[in-house]
Amino acid sequence: MDVLTPRSLDEALRLKTEHPDAVPIAGGTDLMVALNFDRERPGVILNLGEVPELRGWSRDDGLLRIGAGLTYAEAMAEPLRSLLPALAEASRTVGSPQIRNRGTLGGNLGTASPAGDSLPPLLVEDAEVEVASLGGSRRIALHEFLVGPKQNALAPEELIVAVLVRPSGAPQTFMKVGPRNAMVIAVCSLAVAVDRERGELRAAFGSAGPVPLLVIAPLAEADGFPALVASAASPIDDVRGTAAYRRHALRVLAVRGLERCLAA
Amino acid sequence: MSAPVPLLVARCRALPGSAAGKHSLELGRVGESAARVDGIPKTTGEFAYSSDLAAAGMLWGHTVRSRHAHARIRGIEISEAVGMPGVHAVLTHDDVPGEKRYGLEFPDQPVLAIDRVRYFGEAVALVAAEHPEQARRAAAKITVDYEPLEPVVDPERATEQEPLHPDRPTAGHGYLDDPRPNVIRSMVVRHGDPDALGDVSVEGVYEVGIQDQAFLGPESGLAVPDGEGGIDIYVATQWLHVDRDQVAPCLALEPEQVRIHLAGVGGAFGGREDLSMQIHGAMLALHTGRPVKIVYGREESFTGHVHRHPARIWAEHRAALDGRLVAVRMRILLDGGAYASSSTAVVANACAFACGPYRVDNALIESTCVYSNNPPCGAMRGFGAVQTCFAHEAQMDKLAAVLDIDPVELRLLNALEPGDVLPTGQTLTGSFPVAEVIRRAAALDPPEPEELPRDPLRLPGGSGNTTHGQGVRRGIGFAAGFKNICYSEGFDDSCAARVRLFAGGAGELQAEVHCAGAEVGQGVTNVILQVARTELGIESVVLAPASTADVGSAGSASASRMTWMAAGAVQLACRAALEERERTGVDVDVERVYRHPRTWPLDPETGQITGGPAHVSFACAAMKVVAEVDVELGLTRLVWIGTAQDVGKAVNPQAVYGQIEGGTAQGIGLALMEEIQTRGGLITNASFTDYLIPTTLDVPPIVAELVEDPEPDGPYGLKGVGEPPTVVSTAAVLSALRAATGRELARVPVRPDEIVGL
Repeated sequence: MDVLTPRSLDEALRLKTEHPDAVPIAGGTDLMVALNFDRERPGVILNLGEVPELRGWSRDDGLLRIGAGLTYAEAMAEPLRSLLPALAEASRTVGSPQIRNRGTLGGNLGTASPAGDSLPPLLVEDAEVEVASLGGSRRIALHEFLVGPKQNALAPEELIVAVLVRPSGAPQTFMKVGPRNAMVIAVCSLAVAVDRERGELRAAFGSAGPVPLLVIAPLAEADGFPALVASAASPIDDVRGTAAYRRHALRVLAVRGLERCLAA
Repeated sequence: MSAPVPLLVARCRALPGSAAGKHSLELGRVGESAARVDGIPKTTGEFAYSSDLAAAGMLWGHTVRSRHAHARIRGIEISEAVGMPGVHAVLTHDDVPGEKRYGLEFPDQPVLAIDRVRYFGEAVALVAAEHPEQARRAAAKITVDYEPLEPVVDPERATEQEPLHPDRPTAGHGYLDDPRPNVIRSMVVRHGDPDALGDVSVEGVYEVGIQDQAFLGPESGLAVPDGEGGIDIYVATQWLHVDRDQVAPCLALEPEQVRIHLAGVGGAFGGREDLSMQIHGAMLALHTGRPVKIVYGREESFTGHVHRHPARIWAEHRAALDGRLVAVRMRILLDGGAYASSSTAVVANACAFACGPYRVDNALIESTCVYSNNPPCGAMRGFGAVQTCFAHEAQMDKLAAVLDIDPVELRLLNALEPGDVLPTGQTLTGSFPVAEVIRRAAALDPPEPEELPRDPLRLPGGSGNTTHGQGVRRGIGFAAGFKNICYSEGFDDSCAARVRLFAGGAGELQAEVHCAGAEVGQGVTNVILQVARTELGIESVVLAPASTADVGSAGSASASRMTWMAAGAVQLACRAALEERERTGVDVDVERVYRHPRTWPLDPETGQITGGPAHVSFACAAMKVVAEVDVELGLTRLVWIGTAQDVGKAVNPQAVYGQIEGGTAQGIGLALMEEIQTRGGLITNASFTDYLIPTTLDVPPIVAELVEDPEPDGPYGLKGVGEPPTVVSTAAVLSALRAATGRELARVPVRPDEIVGL
């Protein structure tokens, strides 16, 4: 197993073209678990930890450009916290402080798990994913980027570079259900926003279907919205919970989420 | 006997079980809180666990395990693996030099599967290679030709299905002769007139899932050939001498040729009573002539040790209108999994403590443990009493509701006291302050409910941010329970200690103590040093590494017995050493064997005592729990726990509080989240991602009162303390959840579905 450590984005993209099978590693909070459990033995690992272009975030005319290497801990810090409050709340639900210091948004997108905690709040905010290869970069709407359980729209020679989002300023929140009060994979989760400017109720759930999914309804239809969210889900029974419970919990979370956002 | 081969032990300052671990810190005497000798190295990461061992020229072993719960083995093809890079040995059952089977009570478990695998994860073959990755890769090239068989997975049906052990290894051991297939042991306790009727009756059917010990240090150890045909095994274990006695026959060696040395133990809780890598590592080491280290991965660890028996319990309690218990009838079905391990003793414990710490004149208790193709079960903290406490305390709450009597009053009214007779016919003697622990726990005042709004971390759902107070109900629960201390039913139990007294450089008296009692994190190292200092009246005492090489058996770090037995043995040996030195005036080296009061077997037909008591001693505890439950999402936050525990005499009070907190956390885990899940006998959540154990947000502040009522037979009046908190806490948490939700909640761990009523 070779580990390649590029020092710039250009070098990273070149290496990814030379080694399309190379598995990128950022915080390692998914990949190292897979290695330790002997589930994956990639021939080449591409270490993105030393690529400065992936770090930090910037703002240009209201558009946030968040580097793929942004950690959950960084997403929880001001001023990002005020700009994307549901993302900050979601980041707080991830693992332990150590995991939040290591894990990145880019990694969450790369893994594309139905349970990825950052995905529902980014869906609610209509985020786009900026991906790049030596041939150039492209933007993919997040809901198109997530194509299936642990599958995304990335081509073999591409890397995730950034997340682009124009904060709505809408009242929003994120909630995650787990049988333990910290450090759990979501049994199900829900991000909710009440966007008065657009006249929309927006919610996105996790762990209740093959991919996190965005559900939108007109502002006036708040009463029926929890049922709409629950019916949009296609949960399964697994070791973490039952389909029936997930549907039930989404309904409860939607009621509470709306209550929080409408009161704000 | 040759000396153990010196080890290169990395980063070791205070490793019990290595020469570097000789302790001589300032530790206090019996009754004083003393800082753990291994506390700082464990906290800073400098402590060497069994997985940190290394030796020059060491190979790495790997175990090939069954992916089937039940299958016939038609053949094992190893030729490709043998030729892989770095591989030094590939071994199967053909290579087991001696006895092919071993076991704690019956030798029913193959060292390596022979013609059949009976559980998911059963060991089938072994590889030793230069690097662990080479060993894993070679293991992947071993082809086992399996013919899958229908697994026995429903314990209710197991007694009607094909026997998994057709030769009935459990027959003829003096237990009730039960001819049904797949019965490991069945037992009946018949006491008084079980048909006696009360004024009221409550019934319930209760279920307990499979709990895992979930120790953080996976099974690991190092086997080192001594060059003379013998072997030294450095391993994290609970009972060195019984490891040796199981290992030696399988290796076709004399017991003296096998020396077990305790390596740093990363948690045990019963899960290290059975062998793990000991024989396997030794086989590879003897075959290759090189030291061999084996470290299980996390997933492998979930299949590498026995678990707590899952149980189904049917219970009926009959009582008079004034609250007095008239009769208890209970049927207990335990699933032992593929091999017996210590199941027979778990059956007896489940029966013996089925009624709880209450006076019951009439009882019929039936307990059966079956073989199945589910994960093997054996010892875990609480050992049969946890399952029944969950049931009897739910029953006591039901009875209190039916009779409209305060649950605490009902328990006080029925509390056992010395002079009372247990359902086994044993008369309680010595110390047993049930009413006192109930009163003391009941008198602890929980805090007032916190105001809203609050940080979500202080609400059910915790960091998930699921409620700001919506759906949250508060409930207060109560439970009491008890358990035996030390081994029972006629087991000839003992503990040896050796004390060397000698003059130091300045002529001052110094002592070295040998005892094979396993330090599994419970703090017996401190206890031994405290006892020696107390008895000898000196400060300079060192404890030698625990080993079978130079001292007799200490028995197991189990059954809340290690502090009792080690204190008894060290006390005896210290007194003998002082006496001999006084008499001879020279340096002395004496070994003494301590035995607790004798016990007798129970009658196989009636479950009544024969000749004398079946149990040495009992310890009880009571616990009050405050829970907040989000009844719409089924999530729980425990707010506060108050408990009182019967400890006899606290040798090291700080360590006793630690045991109460840790034991309670383990019971909280069983109540709320810990369960090994299976499908067709296959484990589906063998990781800490999906086998959840409580975090600091799940364990509330625990206020503990120590009730010190000296046990006349215990050294210094002490009793064991490790298990009672685990016995009562699951029951107490469920009592609080029922109070908050109004639901029956008859199964643990509680699923959110059940709380919300799906």
